[in-house]
Amino acid sequence: MSECFRVENLSYSYPTEEGAAPHRALDHISFSVEEGSFVAILGHNGSGKSTLAKMLSLILFPDEGSVWLRGRNMSTDDITEEDVLRARREVGMAFQNPDNQIVATVVEEDVAFGPENLGLPPEEIRRRVDEALAMVGMTEYARHAPHKLSGGQKQRVAIAGIIAMRRSCIIFDESTAMLDPVGRREVMDIIEKLNREEHITVLHITHYMTEAVRADRVIVMDRGHILMDGTPREVFSQPEKLWAAHLDVPQTTELLYAMRQHGLDVQLDIFDPDECASEIAAAISRR
Amino acid sequence: MAEIELKDVSFIYGAGQPYEIRALDHISLTIGGPAVTGFMGHTGSGKSTLVQLLNGILKPSDGQVLLDGKDIWAEPKKIRDIRFRVGLVMQYPEYQLFDETVRADIAFGPKNMGMSKEEVDARVLEAARFVGLDETLLDHSPFDLSGGQKRRAALAGVIAMRPEVLVLDEPAAGLDPGGRREILTRIRDYQRASGSLVILVSHSMEDMALYCDRVVVLSHGKLLLDGDCASVFSQYETLLDAGLDVPQITYVAAALARYGIDIGRDVYTVKYAAQRLSEKLGGGAS
Amino acid sequence: MNLDITFGQYCEGDSVIHRMDPRAKIIAVLLYIVVIFLAKSFAAFGLLTAAAVVLVLLSGIRPRIILHGLKPLMFILLFTVVLNIFFIKGTTLLFEWAFIHVYLEGVFNALLIALRIVLLLVSTSVLMTYTTTPIALTDGLEQLLSPLKRIHIPVHEFSMMMTIALRFIPTLIEETEKIMNAQKARGADFSTGSLIQRARALIPILVPLFISAFRRADELATAMECRCYTGGEGRTRMNVLHAHARDVIACIGICLLGAGVVLLNRFGAYMLSW
Repeated sequence: MSECFRVENLSYSYPTEEGAAPHRALDHISFSVEEGSFVAILGHNGSGKSTLAKMLSLILFPDEGSVWLRGRNMSTDDITEEDVLRARREVGMAFQNPDNQIVATVVEEDVAFGPENLGLPPEEIRRRVDEALAMVGMTEYARHAPHKLSGGQKQRVAIAGIIAMRRSCIIFDESTAMLDPVGRREVMDIIEKLNREEHITVLHITHYMTEAVRADRVIVMDRGHILMDGTPREVFSQPEKLWAAHLDVPQTTELLYAMRQHGLDVQLDIFDPDECASEIAAAISRR
Repeated sequence: MAEIELKDVSFIYGAGQPYEIRALDHISLTIGGPAVTGFMGHTGSGKSTLVQLLNGILKPSDGQVLLDGKDIWAEPKKIRDIRFRVGLVMQYPEYQLFDETVRADIAFGPKNMGMSKEEVDARVLEAARFVGLDETLLDHSPFDLSGGQKRRAALAGVIAMRPEVLVLDEPAAGLDPGGRREILTRIRDYQRASGSLVILVSHSMEDMALYCDRVVVLSHGKLLLDGDCASVFSQYETLLDAGLDVPQITYVAAALARYGIDIGRDVYTVKYAAQRLSEKLGGGAS
Repeated sequence: MNLDITFGQYCEGDSVIHRMDPRAKIIAVLLYIVVIFLAKSFAAFGLLTAAAVVLVLLSGIRPRIILHGLKPLMFILLFTVVLNIFFIKGTTLLFEWAFIHVYLEGVFNALLIALRIVLLLVSTSVLMTYTTTPIALTDGLEQLLSPLKRIHIPVHEFSMMMTIALRFIPTLIEETEKIMNAQKARGADFSTGSLIQRARALIPILVPLFISAFRRADELATAMECRCYTGGEGRTRMNVLHAHARDVIACIGICLLGAGVVLLNRFGAYMLSW
């Protein structure tokens, strides 16, 4: 498989007031992301995860190190504004506040905004808009005013706007953080569908463990460093490490961990309630 | 401890217009002890409307809101005094910060109460301590604080009024797990220290389970369930139907029952599940 | 939550008027306004009232909604009526008491002026605000004004600004209400005190509101950039405006109405004095 993103030795500090020590948001980070994978980036507030997202979507540029998009180094000096714009056509970005990314007063007009900027012919835009709205299950709201929708619905409209631009890679920057449980579920289902069915590369930045377990790979950030990097099973089987980074583990893991303390021989890397119950039942019967 | 009673309260948005919405439909409810009461419900269930009725930000279309047995709208001109007694922290309260320093912002409420400068200063310090805001931050601009600190400063702005009832609408929304735990723990500690009545609105059953003594569930403007955590959460199918998220651990408990390990239907925290399971294990081993 | 925002209130529908080209509607409304001001006689106003009724029926908008929209106008209507009744001098004295003289002409004038205001509001709102989405309206305006681009007037940018303003007005109104409630909960008082005190009381609302608006603007700009927005250059539209026969017919119809009005002015029982 080919590589979608690569970051090498990436560092970034936010400018601070004079005299104050610079706050290093990212500290020499390196990793790469395969085309078509679903990666969750996990971390508490201030761990550097959102800074990383802004680097990958070329909104911020590194102090040190480089960001590679599909084999092209986007951090050299000879990268022009033109190049950045072209690169943005490949990477879609969904943000946290659903209100602040919707431009138009009608849902379908908003979804059309991106394709219109690409200069596509009207019939093609129409087709893509209808397709994108169907994909996020918002067809019946096509003519509605966005401000009357729920948070989850707004976020789905925003995602449709990205799908309509046919992005092969989408970064979700805490797109579920402001939603209620129902909205979160709706958006996660769509994110998963985009990856599994449409083979879109997904980078999902979140602090919800239950969302991270749905990814193929989890990168845990802590104070500008990568603390852990692996499959959800590998990452969540080390609860002590996550707790130390002020993160939670899925409740199944937490229970299995407690059972282990009670002397039960159970595995920790189980996230499905049913499997968790069967693991405990099996361990009890083995005793 | 103060007591709030809702007597057959209804609230209608845009009454008399073609698009009127009945947000609350004949709610009767008494909230007194136990100390922390939780309101749960899906978006649009009416819970945010309900909390705004408690301190007279909204006026019921029908019915009465009683504070210690007195109708809060008996003297509409004195509604401000009710607002000082029933403190309300709205959703994402950090967006209400406005003053030049954190200190001045927290002082806004106490100043409106007409306190002397010394009293106001003392209240600010006390409130900052309760929410865990470092004293050195008080002279900073509120807009230079981190997200979690802003939230706590806004909370301090209400606590500084020393309300008899503290109502919080989704105080932990948008915070990471660490921030969530911190702010909710602070609220519970504040309740214990001040002896005030606390009403907490949340989507999260985990939060309810950990921090509330009593849970009231609203759905489509009506009371759906009311009781202690155990009795409410044991009816998780009803909660699911009402658009709420049930903690994973409750499903684990249900699945365990299918494997013949019954730890009860009222399991909603990991700690409790682990405790029940270990009791079972102890029994099984002997 | 649910606020009553009559501002630019669009009513969902699929009538002939809904389907008209927004450019045609803008032209039609301008023509219609001229026609309304041409009318002077009872007969001419009769024709216009009939035309307005036809317009409402064609649009399928419920009369109740239109009446509701007229409510805020009540004061102006009353004011003009009173002004005309008491200050227009004529020949037929109806009523006299101390310094107050009411003439028949004054009553007629008051009626016709009131009718003119109502007709203006009803027909423009039916032709435009109730049946055209704000975005279609800005699109139409952008296209009508596009010749101005040649003399370097940023027509696209203005229309983009309009669209974004329309998109965010409800959001900001909602936000204002939230902030007001939050400050009220801390004992803020907006309704008593001197004018200066009241103005000062607005600071706790305006500061957070501006900060939030700037934050929104910033985030929106980033989001738009991420969606490849680089201004009007090279941008296409999903909905291309097409003028149909009905659009031409509507404009011709209004011109004919104007001719009818001018004609009926001659046969009117009473001529409006201004």
